[in-house]
Amino acid sequence: MAQVGFDGVTKRFGDTTAVDDLTLSVLDGELLVLLGSSGCGKTTALRMVAGLEEVTEGTVTIGERVVNDVDPKDRDVAMVFQSYALYPHLTVAKNIEFPLRQRGVDKDERKTKVKQAADTLGLGALLDRKPAQLSGGQRQRVALARAIVREPLVFLMDEPLSNLDAALRVQTRADIVELQSRLATTTLYVTHDQVEAMTMGHRIAVMSEGRLQQVAAPEALYAKPANAFVAHFLGSPGMNLLEGMLVQSGPSEGEDASPRGVLCVAFPGASVPLPPEVGDPLRGAGPEVVLGLRPENLRLDPGGAIAASVIIVELLGAETHVICQTENGTRLIVRQAAGAPKPALGETVHVAVDGGPAAYHLFDATTGERLGGGAA
Amino acid sequence: MTVAAEAPGAAGATAGPGGLRARRRKEAGLAYLLLVPALVLFAVFSFYPFLRNFKLMLYETPPVPGLPAHYVGLHQIWPTLSSTQFTQSLITTIVFMIMVVPLSLLLGLALAVAAHRKLKGMAIYRAIFSSTVVSSVAVASVVFGTLLNPVVGLLPWLGINPSPPALESTTWALPSVALITIWQFLGLSFIIMSAGLQSVPDELLEAARIDGAGAWTRFWRMTVPLLSPTIFFALVVSTIYAIQAFGAVDILIGPQDAVRLHTNVLIYNIVNTLQIENNPGAAAIMATALFLIMLGLTVIQMRFLERRVNYAR
Repeated sequence: MAQVGFDGVTKRFGDTTAVDDLTLSVLDGELLVLLGSSGCGKTTALRMVAGLEEVTEGTVTIGERVVNDVDPKDRDVAMVFQSYALYPHLTVAKNIEFPLRQRGVDKDERKTKVKQAADTLGLGALLDRKPAQLSGGQRQRVALARAIVREPLVFLMDEPLSNLDAALRVQTRADIVELQSRLATTTLYVTHDQVEAMTMGHRIAVMSEGRLQQVAAPEALYAKPANAFVAHFLGSPGMNLLEGMLVQSGPSEGEDASPRGVLCVAFPGASVPLPPEVGDPLRGAGPEVVLGLRPENLRLDPGGAIAASVIIVELLGAETHVICQTENGTRLIVRQAAGAPKPALGETVHVAVDGGPAAYHLFDATTGERLGGGAA
Repeated sequence: MTVAAEAPGAAGATAGPGGLRARRRKEAGLAYLLLVPALVLFAVFSFYPFLRNFKLMLYETPPVPGLPAHYVGLHQIWPTLSSTQFTQSLITTIVFMIMVVPLSLLLGLALAVAAHRKLKGMAIYRAIFSSTVVSSVAVASVVFGTLLNPVVGLLPWLGINPSPPALESTTWALPSVALITIWQFLGLSFIIMSAGLQSVPDELLEAARIDGAGAWTRFWRMTVPLLSPTIFFALVVSTIYAIQAFGAVDILIGPQDAVRLHTNVLIYNIVNTLQIENNPGAAAIMATALFLIMLGLTVIQMRFLERRVNYAR
């Protein structure tokens, strides 16, 4: 087992910067998920650990060793590719055996280890088959068996589930988590699928345009995103982001007069008051801000502060997504339980915020960074 | 299955089965019409000569010019095939094939592997390597003939002066022709191998690299097996190409008696039999034998080598 570290790592392809000053460490025995959309640099980062891409700047370490100039075969890592990359002319047994053979492991030991790995992944009956005779799920398991057979320091997984159908993906996801936790091997797992990231990762590192946006445990990342990108990227559907102005309102005279008033986020057609726990630390910030509200923290309520018209209603079985548009054209998604009354298309509804202070996320309109601190 | 496949067909639904049949007939008619130009060309230049060849085999032309050919049936087949001229020519062709085929495949593969790297300016090398495809055998023969010339060629310039000169030597004449044939086929061999290399997924080689395979192991244990269908195809094509060699022999060696026996490959022998000896019957027999040899070799290659070829992807 070993820790994997990126220290100020940059990778450029000509004029294009694929990974920009990445500093990140994967702890010993941890499953860290690199999450991001296509082209964000996550696979490039993984390939730099494997030694398949050269590092332009910075250092990559595995354990205590800087591996920038170490050949892939000497890094003691195993990689599972998106396409599985099984050797089509070799049987399952020979595929699994290949890394052992290359390392000069003797025949008897090879046989024992291949059997162990095959049994672990339920491949015992398929050892004499060629990859072309296997289903997608079976190929996936062969790729995993080939990775675990020589007990490497680090597993590198590049979107290993993306070629599987939805049902098999859920099953294999659980299998990988179970396997990783049993072997306790440091694992760097790349995916664009946030559900995979949330369900599998001990920690998630979110990347965008080559830059690391945030690293945190899944719950913390979801509860306190560091910026508007992470807020919107995580969650299905993602967080609603409403651009507005931070203004002070409330009675300034009479019995309830407060010298400070209540802070609100105002935008055309609505003004959302912020709870004091959220608003007070923000005094002096803004005035232009982005208010983030998760769909599950919104409900349709005639007394709600935000007026919007319904444009789409999506029925998903267990829940319904009501997609509305505010007066200034911003889309707002409200997640409702399946039994909730379904609004008509074009109807004007009012949306209220539920869930207490934790439901309000505020970001700087210019930088996108979280306001009021507390990022995970 | 047929029902399921035909059910969505609008014609079937509206015009009934009769209408569908009529439409298919019409489509087939159009297909044959479009095939006519190609069929006519093949009929005139391939099928007719091919069939006519069988007829020629049955007639003997007297050695005295002007006399008509007469029917001899199958009687001249065995004497022709057992003649020293034919057997010697067959042996020369086999030796020539052994010289040409393995070397053109190996060199083509080596160049393809060298040019497969993603380096700047590699496109220029690819163009150079494949350029021999577009050179005609006449041009290639003249160029190589000049290079091998004992007075102004490359060999004297290098200080090598074989006596007799390469193209007049019983030892070196056939290898010299083989050299030109290899050079000419190299472009095609390179193109075929390059296309095969493009289809080997990079990820497989990367996986092997991470699994501990060095460059040599990756080449022999991954690239070559994955390239085996391509190598097999190139083998069949280069064998046929080598058997059909004629132009270089005709241009560089010609009818010199000294080396003729050593360079008298089958096609050259057939042409000589027809044009110089004026014996179409014997030439037709040898041409048919050559056709059967090529067919046999291809079938053997298909049956025995194809089993070792890996088509699984």
